[in-house]
Amino acid sequence: MIRSLLALLHRDLRLAFRHGAETLLGAIFFALALALFPLGVGASADILARIGAGVIWVLALFAVLLTLERLYQSDYEDGSLELMVLAPVPLELLVFGKCLAHWLTSGLLLVVMSPLLALLMSLPAEAYWVLPAALLLGTPTLTLIGSIGAALLVGSRRGSALTALLVLPLYIPVLIFGVSAVDGYLLGLGGGAQLTILGAMLLFALALAPPATAAALRVALE
Amino acid sequence: MSLFEARGLACRRAGRLVFDQLEFALEPGDGLILRGPNGSGKSSLLRLLAGLLRPSAGELRWAGGAFRADDPEHRARLHFVGHLDAGKANLTVRENLAFLAGLLGFAELREAALERFDLVALAELPVRYLSAGQKRRLALARLELAPRPLWLLDEPAVGLDATNRLHLEGLIADHRAAGGLCIVATHGDVSLPDALVLDFGGAAA
Amino acid sequence: MHRYANPLRFQRIADALLPWIAVALLVLTPIGLYQALVLAPPDYQQGEAARIMYVHVPAAWLATFTYALIAVASAIALVWRHPLAEVAARAAAPVGAAFTAIALITGSVWGKPMWGTWWVWDARLTSVLILFFLYLGYIALHDAFEDPARGARAASILALVGAVNLPIIKFSVDWWNTLHQPSSILRLDGPTIAPSMLWPLLTMVLVFKLYLALVLILRMRGQLAERRIHNLRASGAGG
Repeated sequence: MIRSLLALLHRDLRLAFRHGAETLLGAIFFALALALFPLGVGASADILARIGAGVIWVLALFAVLLTLERLYQSDYEDGSLELMVLAPVPLELLVFGKCLAHWLTSGLLLVVMSPLLALLMSLPAEAYWVLPAALLLGTPTLTLIGSIGAALLVGSRRGSALTALLVLPLYIPVLIFGVSAVDGYLLGLGGGAQLTILGAMLLFALALAPPATAAALRVALE
Repeated sequence: MSLFEARGLACRRAGRLVFDQLEFALEPGDGLILRGPNGSGKSSLLRLLAGLLRPSAGELRWAGGAFRADDPEHRARLHFVGHLDAGKANLTVRENLAFLAGLLGFAELREAALERFDLVALAELPVRYLSAGQKRRLALARLELAPRPLWLLDEPAVGLDATNRLHLEGLIADHRAAGGLCIVATHGDVSLPDALVLDFGGAAA
Repeated sequence: MHRYANPLRFQRIADALLPWIAVALLVLTPIGLYQALVLAPPDYQQGEAARIMYVHVPAAWLATFTYALIAVASAIALVWRHPLAEVAARAAAPVGAAFTAIALITGSVWGKPMWGTWWVWDARLTSVLILFFLYLGYIALHDAFEDPARGARAASILALVGAVNLPIIKFSVDWWNTLHQPSSILRLDGPTIAPSMLWPLLTMVLVFKLYLALVLILRMRGQLAERRIHNLRASGAGG
């Protein structure tokens, strides 16, 4: 069972590596869109620091959303998905592998980039560790919830716009607690409780998203 | 008691009855050919036997025991080769097969899988450079990855040249000689000696 | 067998119920409106404007209730593959979305005299807005596939995922709201309300429920007929 999981993980990481620019699209968007904010609202350090955490989180939501489409659609189109469903291991496990590979090539990049973005948004020094910590707990949840949306829309005529409609409302709790955790630390109120809730949401998503995704993928192949 | 049996199978797709009251019973070594025009239900039956579709009525039995087609135990005894070749364009032939071997639970890729369909020379080539027939060979090479008693093949010879069609027939013959079952949907480009025939002609179309 | 038997039985029950529901609706609607607009006292703080509550609150309740109904029907459709449950869920969705829209619009109209602005990011209104988007996603997913059966099954899964997430979203938004806007003026938590205002409210809730039942039955009948035509066409074209 573990071997199947590792084979899938290995394959997806290798593919992500070979697709290069396409894989980095989410991260590039993340940085580029952020650069638009000082241009839009003015480069005053006060304003930027005030909205910084919120802006970075909203952009993280969009960056993950952008990369969701490649999660299952190509496997569906070339027939790999059939083989995954027919593999002698639980589909939920393979879904977990897909999500893990997706997060390693999308969410993790955002986590690594976030201190730099905090710098660009004039956030105080504390943000250099709070922001990555919150994103580290939050972005896997975004991938897992997004995986359900991507699986539901596999093979649909209208892909990405609809993915946003399905997935973004479900992202709201992560956004709320993610921003609040960061702002809590920056304002000196502490955000430990919010980080704990983000962690709880991740556990919840880990339990719920693979079965829901697997059910959606089976429906897609019928 | 037969090895693999279908009783009263019915399949309904998008409100349409594709087939009804379908029966077969296969003994070890048997071949079953599904014949009929496009859209007559051959692919639906194969997908149903693989567990990708649920029958709307009827039951399947393996060695006498009834099971649901989406039973994981059932998945571990079949190979399914559908219309899609399941090759990743940016992976080489070897990488694709190694992934499938891993997915099936094997640490190593058996070289025999590459040899049967003359894929050794193509092994290091990314799949995007392959022709349709070569991709088909890659899909069929999957059959060599792991021994499975039940093979479900949907138009397996599409795009194959004469040599590789012979390879395929040889492979199926070996499989049946070892007691395996083979169910093939075909327009007649693969021959299975002494196979049973299930005719879909006009049954629902 | 139950595939055919059940829609037929539904048809019989629906035909029998429909006139009763229609009559009850015709009788209760004027009563409810009279109670709400004339008999009920004006709110001591908000004056006559508070009367919009008799539309806003039932709409908001029914919006949530309908989503729960869709989720239950979807669960039945997924587990037992009951065709009627799928039809019911699909039929209920636009009605629920309409209730949600009414709740949003009346909330906004009510907000104008109370907050002096059409929109305030109040926890309640924000949650209803998110619920509205969940409805839109459900309906859009339903229609996103060429094969209607695929759309129906995918939408069922989405409805369940949404139902599981709804309490989490509600909790998050409430929490967020206490952080940003400590004082909320809207307080309609059941027991604190005066009986003279409670009765009209309950009557209006009943009116809304009857309306939901009526539209649901009509829409389900329509969809069953549509399915039958589709099936006849499909088998006609095939055979």
